[in-house]
Amino acid sequence: MQELPEYLSVLKSRFGDRIEEIHAQHDDATAVVKRDAIVEVCAWLRDDEKTLFDLFLDLTAVDYIGRKPRFEVVIHLVSIPFRHRLRLKVRLDEDDPVMPTIIPVYPASNWFERECWDLYGIKFDGHPDLRRMFLQETFVGHPLRKDYPIAKRQPLIELRKSEVRRNDESVEPRPA
Amino acid sequence: MSLIEGRYGPNIVITSLDKVFNWGRGSSVWPMTFGLACCAIEMMATAASRFDLDRYGIFMRPTPRQADCMIVAGTVSVKMAERLRRLYHQMPEPRWVIAMGSCSISGGPYWEGGYHVVKGVDLIIPVDVYVPGCPPRPEALLDAFLTLKEKIAKETMAKKLA
Repeated sequence: MQELPEYLSVLKSRFGDRIEEIHAQHDDATAVVKRDAIVEVCAWLRDDEKTLFDLFLDLTAVDYIGRKPRFEVVIHLVSIPFRHRLRLKVRLDEDDPVMPTIIPVYPASNWFERECWDLYGIKFDGHPDLRRMFLQETFVGHPLRKDYPIAKRQPLIELRKSEVRRNDESVEPRPA
Repeated sequence: MSLIEGRYGPNIVITSLDKVFNWGRGSSVWPMTFGLACCAIEMMATAASRFDLDRYGIFMRPTPRQADCMIVAGTVSVKMAERLRRLYHQMPEPRWVIAMGSCSISGGPYWEGGYHVVKGVDLIIPVDVYVPGCPPRPEALLDAFLTLKEKIAKETMAKKLA
């Protein structure tokens, strides 16, 4: 077990119970944060003199289907003055995939949150404009969820002919 | 062409004019660039100095109104399919389509699981020449133009092909 970086233990001692878990193996400092504390944690990490995580890198989600809680929102932060990296995780339940927006702290997360809503169906409470980011407005479902049917197609226009599927049994297999 | 189409057989006027027209069309194919993904890089390389499409009389056009061939170079997404068909219809006839790369032939790596990719541009518009590769080398695209030239040489104004 690698020694915890200082900013991680400081974070844990500052927020106590509201940080569910911390670990840092192979230099990936990670803190699992409770949903209600995430905005406060981000604001503190950005502003405190010992951490200064001023660069928001990424926000995405993971679908651990079959596990409870099912979703995990992952946020990556970088401190430019200290050259530190930190990963924050928020676990969300399948029945209530809602998380407070972190736009007030990191305005850059706006489109990341829209992407996350588009592909994973995770809602961000307080987001000013939570529309789909990439897919068409008429798209049904959230395709990066593991239970989205792999063969489902949602074309916008009528196709000239039907798609030939590799698994189609009506297609004769090629002789070996 | 509707005045002539289907009315005449291969008589001396029709076949002689065909030769002239097909020579002209085949020798100066003006493609509309439709770079959608990494294939566009190879398409640009084909047009640039090393391979130089200009020496075949092939000049890239920025607008469909001036083009008679469309190179679909890259992944056609569901949202782009609508625009692609519209641009195709904006091209004056006669017009041809080259499907460049695995994605525009069959969906490529997004064949099975891609929720956002059209599984082949021939589901949207008719395709004349398919260029396999991921992405195809510039030589392959050059070969596609030569194949297209052969195909154009067989056309006749008396009968619409395909």
